[in-house]
Amino acid sequence: MDFLVFQYPMITVQACLDGILLGVLFALIAYGMALQWGVMNIINIAQGDLVILGGYIAYFMYLYGIHPAWGVIVAPVIMYFVGIAIYKLVINKVVDRDLFISILATFGISILFMQLMNFAFGADVVLANSGYGTTMLFDSNVVLPNSKIFSAFISILFAACLVIYMKKSKLGRAIRATAQNARAAKILGVDTEKVYAATFGINAALCGVAGALISITFTIHPYMGLPYTIRSFMIVIVAGLGNLPGVAMSGMGLGVFEEFADYILGTEFRIGSVFLLLVLILVYRRFKLSRKREYLK
Amino acid sequence: MRLNKIILSFVSALVILFSTSVASFAKVVGDKIILGAAISLTGKYSSNGVHTQNGYNMAVDRINSMGGVKVGGKTYKFDIIYYDDESNPKRAAQLAERLISQDGVEFMLGPYSSGLTKAIAPVTEKYGVPMVEANGASRSLFTKGYKYLFAVLAPANLYLDVAIETAVELNGGKPVRIAQAFEQDAFSQDVRLGILDAAERTGSKIIIDDKLPKELNDMAATLVKVKQMKPDVLVVSGHTKGALTAIRQIAEMKVDVPMLAMTHCDAAKLSKQHGKNSQYALCASQWHKSLTYKDDFFKDGMTYAADFEKEFGYDPPYQSAESSAALLVFKDAFERANSFDQKKVRDALAATNMQTFYGNIKFAPGGQNVDKPMVLFQVMCDASGKCENKVVAPLKWASAKLIHPVPKWSER
Repeated sequence: MDFLVFQYPMITVQACLDGILLGVLFALIAYGMALQWGVMNIINIAQGDLVILGGYIAYFMYLYGIHPAWGVIVAPVIMYFVGIAIYKLVINKVVDRDLFISILATFGISILFMQLMNFAFGADVVLANSGYGTTMLFDSNVVLPNSKIFSAFISILFAACLVIYMKKSKLGRAIRATAQNARAAKILGVDTEKVYAATFGINAALCGVAGALISITFTIHPYMGLPYTIRSFMIVIVAGLGNLPGVAMSGMGLGVFEEFADYILGTEFRIGSVFLLLVLILVYRRFKLSRKREYLK
Repeated sequence: MRLNKIILSFVSALVILFSTSVASFAKVVGDKIILGAAISLTGKYSSNGVHTQNGYNMAVDRINSMGGVKVGGKTYKFDIIYYDDESNPKRAAQLAERLISQDGVEFMLGPYSSGLTKAIAPVTEKYGVPMVEANGASRSLFTKGYKYLFAVLAPANLYLDVAIETAVELNGGKPVRIAQAFEQDAFSQDVRLGILDAAERTGSKIIIDDKLPKELNDMAATLVKVKQMKPDVLVVSGHTKGALTAIRQIAEMKVDVPMLAMTHCDAAKLSKQHGKNSQYALCASQWHKSLTYKDDFFKDGMTYAADFEKEFGYDPPYQSAESSAALLVFKDAFERANSFDQKKVRDALAATNMQTFYGNIKFAPGGQNVDKPMVLFQVMCDASGKCENKVVAPLKWASAKLIHPVPKWSER
């Protein structure tokens, strides 16, 4: 254990910036998860695999000589239809069942996707080069790859568009109504079946965007989806459903926390400390809830 | 109704009996020596699994077409039964059981990766089945006292200690400051132990010692430390993921370090995926086609590479070369034992002392090959951006001079 953060003050700045840029990307994936969890009461274990599939779309564009940044437009379009297809084939059969069934179903989809991607794309680790260069700050003591800045910017852009869409459009209002009370929405003439399909499609599209960004910033591999599922699950748990600013804050907070854990405790404790944080937050939340209950008593 | 059931179960019992007896090969059928192998044809190791299988097949075809194996005055041909272990250690161990107890295989070839070899070795050991493996380098495989395990490759702790020694040498014999980042798996941790040994030997100091998570795809934190603390050598090992991530982020973050040493560069197709950004990376390799070892079957590395490319359409990675070498070792041992008795073949294997196109092979009592040093190559690119791996150490085989220190990013 060493205290580099104090020896080299610039590391603090670097860690915060890295964490925020990373967190914004996580928050985008988590936002998709929160959306469909809130609307359909489904925890999508295949979330990370949809992300990776989106990454492969960008990667193949890169392979055929198209700049992978265009992936953030193409991937969500394709992934939207993939999402609708998954909904029609599997999810609509489990949407009204209890949570356990839907977890099993999406877990199955996750395994299927991993194997299919492995068959179709091979087991090599791949990446798409954006050639975006680097931004140097503070006498080149802090470095930010432009690809990360690009990722964060695109994530914010998509999240913002979605928020506006949910507020203003007819479908957005229908989605929100269904989330509040599906039965009442149905009685009032909302086609909930269509709303569910659209929600799942939008979630898959968000995953597609995130995947394209990940192929530009990091690496992709058919079996690399699970960590993204787990991170977004955590962000949603911490933030709570239907709490968009919460998702954004908890995403960025998580990113910064991870970076600092890495510097202070060592890289081997990075993921471990994230889980420790999850446990602490859950315990704290319960504690707060139980106090509230006492008031009621 | 009841009678029907009885007949049905009788018939199915017959079918099961029949199918097992058909599947049951003896070790040597007619003029065929049947070897067994569990290989990762699907799952996360499938690309390297295929390299391994191609290496085996290439050698089987070559040995068979050049006269086969002569035992007791009779000529035999090699044949291999493959099963797909799905990159899963449990499955690999089951398949080894199946190969031995159901298919009657009496000689085995190894799977891909240290982890899977570790899963299979106790099984082959239990049945006294000699196994020549070509893709499990973890040191822990060779300290368990296995008697029937033979590895044609150098153990993992020797992968990168050449790099440290070279760095010290270039530093005028003075100790160097080392930064290292290793994935937390058996193989990479063994590479790490090798570095620790080398550091102690040379009095060098390890100033960063990071352990990377398995689902690693971001090592920015490690690289920030490297940027601030300015070590003389940066060592990274984390399979293909580690190699690709390191190069991407080193280039993006413009991390200047005089020497960068890694593993798995050719498996990661570094120079293809990263082009000029991968330039100057030093990579540990079991084999390189430009080495001048020779044998009667493949002649030398260059010929092997050309033949392999003709058959499979790509340049052979060392995983294929070492797999081919495993069959040459088996052939040699069968002929010297002049018998198919497992005990005799095992003793013949233990006494192996030969040269193949892949390198010299001589087994230590633990089963590892002690006669073949690792080589280091450096990725070098020309002005047009075409990159090639050139051997730079050990000096005996060097086809290019090591470029050291690595030029700064601002000067590239």
